[in-house]
Amino acid sequence: MTITNPQTMYEKLWQNHLVEDAKGQTPLLYVDRHLIHEVTSPQAFASLRLHNRPVRHPERTIATMDHNISTRSIKIDAAGEGAANQLRALAINCKDFGIELFDMGHKNQGIAHVIGPELGLTLPGTIIVCGDSHTATHGAFGALAFGIGTSEVEHVFATQTLRQNKAKTMKIEVKGHVGAGISAKDIILAIIGKTGSAGATGYVVEYCGEAIEALSMEERMTVCNMSIEFGAKAGLIAPDQTTFDYVEGKEYAPKGEVFSQAVADWKNLKSDADATFDTVITLTAKDIKAQVTWGTNPGQVVSVDGIVPSPDDFSDPTEKESCIKALKYMDLTPGTKMTDIHVNKVFIGSCTNSRIEDLRAAAGVVQQYQGQQVIEGVDAIIVPGSYRVKEQAESEGLDKIFTAAGFEWRLPGCSMCLGMNDDVLEEGDRCASTSNRNFEGRQGRGSRTHLVSPEMAAAAAITGHFVDLNSQ
Amino acid sequence: MEKFNTHTGLVVPLDIANVDTDQIIPKQFLQKTERVGFGVHLFHDSRYLDHAGTQVNPDFILNKVEYKGASILLARENFGCGSSREHAPWALQEFGFKVIIAPSFADIFYSNCINVGLLPIKLNEAEIEQLFQLSTDAQLTLKIDLPNNVVTCGELSFKFSLNEFQQYSLENGVDSVGWTLDKLNTIKAFEAKMPAWQ
Repeated sequence: MTITNPQTMYEKLWQNHLVEDAKGQTPLLYVDRHLIHEVTSPQAFASLRLHNRPVRHPERTIATMDHNISTRSIKIDAAGEGAANQLRALAINCKDFGIELFDMGHKNQGIAHVIGPELGLTLPGTIIVCGDSHTATHGAFGALAFGIGTSEVEHVFATQTLRQNKAKTMKIEVKGHVGAGISAKDIILAIIGKTGSAGATGYVVEYCGEAIEALSMEERMTVCNMSIEFGAKAGLIAPDQTTFDYVEGKEYAPKGEVFSQAVADWKNLKSDADATFDTVITLTAKDIKAQVTWGTNPGQVVSVDGIVPSPDDFSDPTEKESCIKALKYMDLTPGTKMTDIHVNKVFIGSCTNSRIEDLRAAAGVVQQYQGQQVIEGVDAIIVPGSYRVKEQAESEGLDKIFTAAGFEWRLPGCSMCLGMNDDVLEEGDRCASTSNRNFEGRQGRGSRTHLVSPEMAAAAAITGHFVDLNSQ
Repeated sequence: MEKFNTHTGLVVPLDIANVDTDQIIPKQFLQKTERVGFGVHLFHDSRYLDHAGTQVNPDFILNKVEYKGASILLARENFGCGSSREHAPWALQEFGFKVIIAPSFADIFYSNCINVGLLPIKLNEAEIEQLFQLSTDAQLTLKIDLPNNVVTCGELSFKFSLNEFQQYSLENGVDSVGWTLDKLNTIKAFEAKMPAWQ
């Protein structure tokens, strides 16, 4: 009888995908699913052509147009010449190399990290990669999923494998249950606030605890999505019945007997009870309040009932320096109540918060304001994550709730999260954004981003400032 | 990929922590289908005072005449965090950098550097502090010796380490795709054993 040491979920996923671990070489892992988009793939395709190499498993590769597409028109030329060139290049590359592409207006088109799960391309127990750092989203299913660079995209194209050093393991347990009105976005922002923006560099993180288990798949995706924002290579949540129920019946998911076998295998993925992690962090769910970032990295975050911090609040010299720099860029004064910060732009969307539940949550808040409109001086846009999300939202009448209140209802895409299309903030704009990064210039040169939940963003659109919805 | 052996060059100190890849190369310059044309846009928002990039910011360190021609970037912690865009190391390389020295790097950025032959060197905080002091006070030229894993400047020397295979790949300019394609039979044997759902 073989005795195996207790393993974490990451170690199991690693072991299950280890093609070769030769002495003196970086271990070679098998990649089950490769998602690609227009921005980080063209140079990889060019190199394949140069070396006369095929894509080894086009059927394991799926392409979508998401990063720089217009959210006002499905026309390929609508977001400018540079974007159109990349989009056309993707279409040609996919045709030449036999890869399925969800192009402009296709019913399956959307943000890679939204469509993967909703189509059943994302499965527990797999390795999923994409030339995008928010690939960690798929870890919500118990898949080892991470972002890669273009040279690695080429490596996966040609070999269906990737060389990876083993990461350290971190367990983040959120004990108990969150209070009413606290979203998954608040949970992950609170975690990043605790660890700092590089707190998990070199780690793969596993989220667990009652508060995590209680989350829906959409909420789990929001949590895992932001793993990169505190440096983690990937984020994982153990697959359970919630996961299996979500995957079952999805278009690309296994069916019948194969699905049953898959579920039996997936049930073995969770970390063994006595597995050890390199680092363990614990949070108490009931202490987590609604969160708003004040600075220029996602770790610079406070509760909405808090105040803008002062550099004196930080003992670490680097954090102090970062605080000074962030306050200057964000044009904020220490001591200001977060609820006194006024915004002039609102963005609800991105691979973090553009799924149907996010839109329902935002619409719910709009309804709470009983007919009030987006306040004068604020522009608010809603960008669903995919055409399927858009269709579902429209079938529920959510688009009508938004447009009646003065929000713009747009076409799916990455949009203002990174502003590669024309959804860009102007210099000095202040935005309540449901996206994942508040870096300097991220949404437009000189623009200021506050990361929040969809609920908070909706309330900010109507009132013009941040609101502690739970104290009302 | 070009082989990396030794390199001697001028150091430019960038005294900012958590430099993200959006800073290194902003999104509006990612709409190319080639690997070239990014160097001119490196650190665009800091290097230029205007959006169009016509007015040079004289206060930004890369624009200072005493650091012109620098090929070694000295940086602070968590360098290269954020987006996975390989355009960031491409831009650094095209600008003229061969080496980046920092106390820590973001994981994806670090791999991207190795894959394009831009050498990322991790030194401890005290060593980094010493180098910041030296390169701020006067022009500092460092010699990087990859085979011996050492950074030297006169009497000073700092050891660094790299993963064994990454070191080999950089020194030999390994075509990593070709290397793995030589293992195709091993990969096929792995595939043959995969469960039906995978």
